[in-house]
Amino acid sequence: MTERSGGEDSQQVRFYQSGTFVVGNRLLDPEQRSVQAHTERSNSLTSGHRACQGCGEALGARYALDAAMRATGGKLIAANATGCLEVFSTPFPESSWQLPWIHSLFGNAPAVATGVAAALKAKGREDVRVVGQGGDGGTLDIGFACLSGMFERNDDVLFICYDNEAYMNTGVQRSGATPPAARTANTKPLGDNPGNVFGQGKNAPLIAMAHEIPYVATATVAELRDLEAKVERAMEVRGARYIHIFVPCPLGWGAESCDTIRLARLVKETGLFPVFEALDGELTEVSKIRRQVPVIDYLKLQRRYAHLFGDEPRTDIIERIQADADRNIRRFGLLDDPAEPDDTMRLLAESGRGPQ
Amino acid sequence: MLRVRIHGRGGQGAVTAAELLSVAAFREGRHAQAFPTFGSERTGAPVVSFCRIDTTEIRTHEPIAEPDGLIILDPTLLHQVDVFGGLRPHGYILINSTRSIAELGLSELGDSHETGRMLTMPATDIAHEHTGRKLPNAVLLGGFAGLTGQLSIDSIEAAISERFPAPVAEGNCAGARAAFELASTAEVQEAARA
Amino acid sequence: MLEQIEGSLAVAKTVARCRPEVVCAYPISPQTHIVEGISDLVRTGELDHCEYLMVESEFAAMSACIGSSATGARTYTATASQGLLYMAEALYNASGLGLPIVMTVANRAIGAPINIWNDHSDSMSQRDCGWVQLYAETNQEAADLHVQAFRLAEQISLPVMVCMDGFILTHAHERVDVPDAEQVDAFLPAFEPRQLLDPADPVTIGAMVGPEAFTEVKYLAHAKQMQALDLIPQIAAEWSDAFGRESGGLLRGYRIDDAETIVVALGSVIGTIEDTVDEMRERGVSIGVLGLKSFRPFPLEEVREALGGARRVVVLEKALAVGVGGIVSANVRMALSGIQLHGHTVVAGLGGRPITGKSLLGLFEDAIADRLGPLTFLDLDSERVERELERMHEGGASGPHEQNILRDVGVVAGGSH
Repeated sequence: MTERSGGEDSQQVRFYQSGTFVVGNRLLDPEQRSVQAHTERSNSLTSGHRACQGCGEALGARYALDAAMRATGGKLIAANATGCLEVFSTPFPESSWQLPWIHSLFGNAPAVATGVAAALKAKGREDVRVVGQGGDGGTLDIGFACLSGMFERNDDVLFICYDNEAYMNTGVQRSGATPPAARTANTKPLGDNPGNVFGQGKNAPLIAMAHEIPYVATATVAELRDLEAKVERAMEVRGARYIHIFVPCPLGWGAESCDTIRLARLVKETGLFPVFEALDGELTEVSKIRRQVPVIDYLKLQRRYAHLFGDEPRTDIIERIQADADRNIRRFGLLDDPAEPDDTMRLLAESGRGPQ
Repeated sequence: MLRVRIHGRGGQGAVTAAELLSVAAFREGRHAQAFPTFGSERTGAPVVSFCRIDTTEIRTHEPIAEPDGLIILDPTLLHQVDVFGGLRPHGYILINSTRSIAELGLSELGDSHETGRMLTMPATDIAHEHTGRKLPNAVLLGGFAGLTGQLSIDSIEAAISERFPAPVAEGNCAGARAAFELASTAEVQEAARA
Repeated sequence: MLEQIEGSLAVAKTVARCRPEVVCAYPISPQTHIVEGISDLVRTGELDHCEYLMVESEFAAMSACIGSSATGARTYTATASQGLLYMAEALYNASGLGLPIVMTVANRAIGAPINIWNDHSDSMSQRDCGWVQLYAETNQEAADLHVQAFRLAEQISLPVMVCMDGFILTHAHERVDVPDAEQVDAFLPAFEPRQLLDPADPVTIGAMVGPEAFTEVKYLAHAKQMQALDLIPQIAAEWSDAFGRESGGLLRGYRIDDAETIVVALGSVIGTIEDTVDEMRERGVSIGVLGLKSFRPFPLEEVREALGGARRVVVLEKALAVGVGGIVSANVRMALSGIQLHGHTVVAGLGGRPITGKSLLGLFEDAIADRLGPLTFLDLDSERVERELERMHEGGASGPHEQNILRDVGVVAGGSH
């Protein structure tokens, strides 16, 4: 919830979603507008690519790279891992990339980015910055050694992981980022443990923090301004940086293509995906949950969790997922006070405009 | 061609000895090749290194099976490893030991071998005297030069000086020269160079 | 400058004088002294404007090289054996993208069983990855080839691997005329990339190519290697003019012009064979040796011309195509198709087993006396092998092969000498 700063005569404007400014960009000063709101944005990933309708990754990549391009004055080189993003953006003989871009292999995007950064340094061209990017498979699994190496050396690279929680490009197989109970092509709802098992998986942002690199952040495609701000903040710093972006995949998750932003918002509001910032290995900023949502509201929108519902609902599994969310909330301090009524209602009550 | 085989234990400088020998030969304008056997070179394990010296380009890279000269840095190898294997009839043998050939149990070899080509020398003691350390390799190179007459002591010293920092080089050079003189006076010199 | 120097260090110094801008280093025996040598030169400032990356694996090393080369930096790395395999995917990627990376391969055997000693199985395993493969006979040639390699790579936009025998060359102290900085600068111009990641002119590198265009792209890689068949001798000739010595080229024959029997080999063993050839020639035997310098591209025409007049060809190779036989000999046979002569494959020196003049003498005498079969394993202990095969035949848990054979050999403290 925010108010527009200005003189006494200026109108008090209240936005529905505090902190995001998604509504009413035209009412803001140009400097406060998002990068996406600018007509002269670089459009790093321009239209014509072959992503699915509602693809969270395409959205996230455009948001992130345009922000990075603005932050660097357009002096940016991107190294991309194999995956959906790479495949749908470069269907030969076309390319939708409007910045220098290289794709090498599945597991080496961080190392390729390292090499690019080293070359620029050797040539005295450190004004040009480097972004490495890939999906959860390419980043957390097959590319993990290279990622850790890049972190450990503190190479001047911002690595962005677009996490849609499975190997989507190859047909929705389980990755180290696949959440518990989720259905994938090789974690089907068969047998006693339907879907992906509990007790596995990697928390890449925490692992990045353990490397004590200058900047680590998580973000979702539901909060454009937050994502852009994080990319821009990352670009203010030198050294190894990591941003982990939650990007829903309608096809892989069995969700409606119009629900991409909603799912991204819900995953944060349930507590399942903590949104935070960390500098040099220390948690510095947490994006609070505005109003906690029970996980069931998030899960029921995705057919990859359909087996938890229906005639014989698996309330035991849903409870475990809820417990995970609650643990995150406690661990990261995502709620000011779980018992407080939400801000909107309280503020409306105070202003005298809402129900008393 | 002069083919030298050096036997020692890891840590005694057998590999460096071969290198230094090759550098000494190089400084005399000759072609030289030095290389070790490669293995798990842990301290104390038997190590063999090789050096070939010639006036023309050395093309072969095989290990030296039939040496013209043997340098044995560690006498405990004598009855453990076949150090004398393939030695040519006129070959030189220089053994680092305070004992004589007979005391080492090598009388038979000493008798059958050409006079003036086999020598024992307390290289570790000489090294300790001149450098304060017990690394006999540089000293033995001086001794080998003296025994064989195939290299000048100046070249040996130049190689040592090139390789080690001044204070270390000084002591090793002094030890090498001492060994050279010891070997020169002890045996009859053969004129031919490789 | 003429120096008595360790092979690895000669290579390190020469590579440094090629002014690489990025060097990626991951250690593996027997290449370690090369990357260590370069590290020292970077630290002292002798090699400046160079980023020395200590990466976390060989896969990362080649990947970083790919990023660096695509950004227009002259790029170098070195590896051997297992490391080469670990970067296999990236090797194909580098050649497919046409990036002029130069890499030293300090030839070493591939496990299992693990073995750190020299043979050619590593580079041979990657003979078809699209890289140019050059084999050095001496440390002098190894040093020289790196300069030529950068020239070649940057001219045809293909990566080049310079192969030198691990330990036998890398760890041998020999007389090398290490090219001076001025000499190298005169021979090797600045890198002018064909493709470049540059914000001023964005390009997309590494797009997916479907059935409609893949064949053409792959054909281009082959066409470029065919160009290299002309370029390699040209560069070698220029080298000879500039430095007054022969280094590189496609192949070099020694006493082959009138030879009835010609031995074909790569790498340091050529020298040992030359000695044996001289010995046999003294006795009036008509024998010579053809040293192959470029294995990829394979100089079919030149090999055919060199060997066509012989009665007998013995290909001596340090690698093995398990299940069929020789690798080099298969390529040689291709060159000789249609020509009738006696051909023999000899697999020798695997896992660092020394190839001695004595064994070669016996081998060549066998060849000339027609006692040699189509495939021979030099100095094979048949008895030991038979015993192990019997054990297997008896069934049950006979144990790992290497354990049994090593037990037969006995634990040897000082190597095979």
